[in-house]
This record gives sequence, C-alpha cells and structure tokens, in this order.
Amino acid sequence: MNVKDILRFSLKSLASAGLRTRLLLLAVAISVSAVVMLTTVGESARSYVLGEFAQLGTHLLIVLPGRNETTGGPPPMMGETARDLTLEDALALTRSYAVRRVAPLTVGNAPVSFGGREREITILGSTAEMFEVRHLAMSMGQFLPPGDPERAEALVVLGSKVEQELFAGTRALGQWVRINDWRFRVIGVLADKGESLGADIDDTVFIPVASAQSLFDSFGLFRILAQARSRDDIQKAKEDIREILRARHDGEEDVTVITQDAVLATFDRILTALTLAIAGIAAISLAVAGVLIMNVMLVSVVQRTAEIGLLKAIGASPRQILKLFLAEAIMLSLIGAAIGLILAFGLTWIFGWVFSAFPVTIPSWGIIAAATTALVAGLIFGIMPARRAAKLDPVQALSRR
Amino acid sequence: MIELSGIQRVFQVGNEQVHALQDIDLRIEPAEYLSVMGPSGSGKSTLLNILGLLDRPTAGTYVLDGVPTTQLKERDQAEVRSRKIGFVFQFFHLVPRLTAAENIELPLIFAGIAPRERRERVTLALSAFRIEDRAHHRPDQLSGGQRQRVAIARATIMEPAVLLADEPTGNLDRISGSDVIRILEGLNAKGLILVVVTHDVDLGKRARRTLRMVDGRIDQDSGRPRIERRARTWPV
Repeated sequence: MNVKDILRFSLKSLASAGLRTRLLLLAVAISVSAVVMLTTVGESARSYVLGEFAQLGTHLLIVLPGRNETTGGPPPMMGETARDLTLEDALALTRSYAVRRVAPLTVGNAPVSFGGREREITILGSTAEMFEVRHLAMSMGQFLPPGDPERAEALVVLGSKVEQELFAGTRALGQWVRINDWRFRVIGVLADKGESLGADIDDTVFIPVASAQSLFDSFGLFRILAQARSRDDIQKAKEDIREILRARHDGEEDVTVITQDAVLATFDRILTALTLAIAGIAAISLAVAGVLIMNVMLVSVVQRTAEIGLLKAIGASPRQILKLFLAEAIMLSLIGAAIGLILAFGLTWIFGWVFSAFPVTIPSWGIIAAATTALVAGLIFGIMPARRAAKLDPVQALSRR
Repeated sequence: MIELSGIQRVFQVGNEQVHALQDIDLRIEPAEYLSVMGPSGSGKSTLLNILGLLDRPTAGTYVLDGVPTTQLKERDQAEVRSRKIGFVFQFFHLVPRLTAAENIELPLIFAGIAPRERRERVTLALSAFRIEDRAHHRPDQLSGGQRQRVAIARATIMEPAVLLADEPTGNLDRISGSDVIRILEGLNAKGLILVVVTHDVDLGKRARRTLRMVDGRIDQDSGRPRIERRARTWPV
C-alpha cells in the first residue's frame, strides 16, 4: 500500500462525505484564513512603519542636545538643553572617517509672504548636505548651494505646498519672498515628499543655517543629522560623534546620539512581537478546528465500523488501517487550509482595493505557518480516531448488519 | 490444510460466561468441501470467525498450512488473512463508494502488490466471474447476484487456500443463488478448501462433508466420504 493508494482511498472517502465533513472544512478554512489575515495585517503594518522610517535617510544618525537616554522611540521634541549644539560642533563631526555627511538643522516659525499672501510657516535652517542626507528631490531649480556654512545668504527653497499657496501658478524661481522683515530669493522648489511620520516637508521652507540663526537670533542647533559612510560604520560613527562632542563640551556627555538603525530595530521588535501575538490568538481557533476534526473522524469511524471490519477481513493490518484514517484527517485539514488560504487571498485583495493607501502583502511565512499548523492539527487530532479504527474488533464490526 | 485442536471460545456477557465453542477438534484436508449447519447460537459463525482468524480462541491451537496461528500478533494474523483466507458474507460487505473493480483490487492494495500487476489481475478476475461490463459500477448499481460475484472475486483475488462463506446465498434469489454456488463449487474443484455456513439444508447437503453443531460442539461430522467408503469395502 503506497502513498498514492492511501491518498486515493482517503480522497474517495472525503468526496462521498456528507454535510458534517463539509462544515468541518469550513471551520478549518475560517481559522486558517483568520491566522493568515491577521499575520498579513501585522506584517503590513510593520513594513509600512519600517518603510517610512527607512525613508528618512540612509545610515542616519541624529544628534540631539541634552542627555536623555532614549533608546529607540521617537526623538523628543524638546531636548533638555544642557549646552547648545553649535554650528562649529556640526562641522567638527566631519573629522570622523566614519561620518560621510553632516547637516545641521534649526527650526523656527515665521510669517512668509509674497505678493498679497502671507502665512506662518516652519522655517528650517540647514546646509546643502541636507539634500543628500534626507533624500530630498527638487521639482524646480536647486537646493541650498554648497559653500561656507557660516555665511548667511538670502536664499530660500520652498516646499511644494508652500509654493502652491504663495505662488499659485506664478513662476516662483527668482522671486523674492519676505520672511519676517527680511527678503529671500527663491532658488528652488522641492518635489512632493508627502507626510512622513508626522513631519510634512512640503509645508516648510529651507534657508541657510547661518541665515536662520540670524533671523531667529538663536545660535543653538535643533538637531545635527549625520550620514554614516556605510552600514558597518554606523556604530563607529556614533562613538566618534560622542567622542568629538564630549571633547568639545569640556568632557560633558550632554548630547544624545540616536541611530536610525536602533529605532528601526526597536520598532521591528515591537511590531513583530505584536504580529506573532495576534497570530497566536488566531491559532487558538485552529486548535478548536482540530477538536472538530477529531469529532468528525470519531463519528466516521463509528459509521464505518462494518467497512473497517471488512478491511481487516481482507487482510489489512491494524497499522494500514491507522494510516488510512490518519491520512483522511490530514487531508481534511489540508483541504480546509487550502480553502482558507483562497479565502484569505480574496479578502486581502478586497481589503487592498478598498484601502488603497495601506499596502497589504501576505507574508509567505504566514502562509507556511498556517498550512503547517493545519497539517499538525490534522495529525494530532486524527491520531486518536485512527487508533480506534485500527483496534476495532472485526467480529463485532462485521456482525452488525 | 486446517487443524483445530481443543478449541474453546468463551465470551463474557455481563456476569455470565457464554461457551460459544467447546472442545472443537477438526481437521480439514486441501480441496475439501465442508458445510457447517446447526441452530442459531450453535457456534457455527464463531467457528467460521476462528477459521478466518477474525477471532482468537480462548484455548486450543489452530494450525493453518503448517503455521500455528493462535499466538500470532495482529499484524501477522492480518498477513495470513491476506494470503491464505478469503471471505464471502451474506450481506456482501462491499465498500459502497468504490466501484466493482476497486473493490476487487482492495486485497491486492493491502498486500502491497504493484499497481500494474493489480490491474492485470483485476481484469482477469472480472472476466473470470463475468462482470467485466460492471467493472466501473458501484455496488448500489449492481444486482444481488452481481454483488456476490464481486465479493467472490475479491475473496479469491489473492489465490487463498481457504474460502469461508457465511450464508452466501442468504440474500439472493434462487437463480442468483445457484449461480453463486456453482461458482464456489467450481473454485473448490480447483483446489480451494470451501467451508459454507448455512441454514439452508439443501445447500448444506451439496457439500461432500457436513458438520452439524449444537451448543458449541460438533455434534455430527460426516467425515471424509472417500475414506469412509474405503473402510466399508474392506473385506471383513
């Protein structure tokens, strides 16, 4: 009796099975589908968050003034400033071999006006490096020009939304806008970046950091963004930055260096744990389905008592009978799982169609996990009925008319 | 060749013990045609079950073709059943969802015969028992006589040494019944031991040797006629 024979026999039994078996298939299908759907949602959420974070830049390090032990999690909006981060501090960081680029960042709010229109807008002060560090793109013109970062120039780069609101159709390049009481010339407009983790670049403007410092009469930097040379250099870059700044700050460790890596890793851990947890809960339903399998198989054994007796009479060994019934239970779970997967695919597709903003992909490990669990459930819950069948007394079995 | 010695079969029914078989000594030579008759409860079905290795005696030994079977494990008994014994039942006991051909194929599958050889042997059996045109029909599409023919084909597909029939014509009309008996006797003529358990006196008389059972014992055994005759013609 080879595998093909067993399969044929089992499939024939299932094909002629009645309503009870079909309901069982439905139960298995629903649990498998639930597990797959939930892992999909969890996994998609994880990719989304990680993707957004990764978009911030590559091999990014963020230096904040003030010593907060933030290991992962979003950077605090207000650092407890022990000592200001200065522009010179930022420039000093380029001494590290592990650091490829450094971009200082200041933030302030001021009214920006052109023609008759005026709006309070977030002003970001930085240097040419910011373009690469934050993976920005231009729709028109150019970004802040490279040069001496300590020189204040009257140049401004507009975010796409700002440009639309102030210029609405008029050509922005070369025009002069007013920020507070000062005039700045528009040299470029950023391409749409969209909202990323709460910050909307499109709704800001960039001016040279030195100009921002004068404009707001404040010399402390909000952040320093640094890009490490490679993935392997991130840790070294972090150590170097802390070294350099500690030396510059009279031996005080009053800055916090966050690596994008670390944040990503933390989010990854949290969301993975969450996904596994909800999948685990859904898997409970598979255990229930397993109990149902056992029930249906037990009833089947009772109903087919005469058949089992007959099989024994024609020479089937107890082991062969066990294999046959076990195969049926396993086939039941696998077919149920297959239906469940089709259901999950269908529902995911619909979900993706309705909520097009939230990309959903079914993770392959989720499918494998669901199918394997169904298989194991069939095995575990099928073994008892199969053993019953194998141990059946043929005389009793055949005497029942 | 079948040898039963001192066979006892005791059943526990509630608080009582039922002696279904008591002190059975029986020897059956190859190609013998034996009928077993007796009132209900006389133990004839139990005897058949013991002969077919479906039941284990409480005491005594059963040697089949030189192989002692009483101490065999279930797995080994299953193998003996597979190779040496064929069963034909009153109610046919065909698997309802399989076709005639698939039913006949079953013993070959359990015996581990390769698919191609299985197909060949089933085809031969279908023509030998004149049911080729019914090969792909399921039991519910067959007449009683055809079903029993399928059952006989299944019982003999492994070329057993013994064919055990429990009321083989009990569910058949006269014509199908005689057809089935003709087939069984034809198989016996080819060398199979044929044991028929029946209530039908006419059927029982057809056998060359008749056992009559009462209360779990062999009350009468017409013995082996040839030897008896020889004894009678011995000059006194």
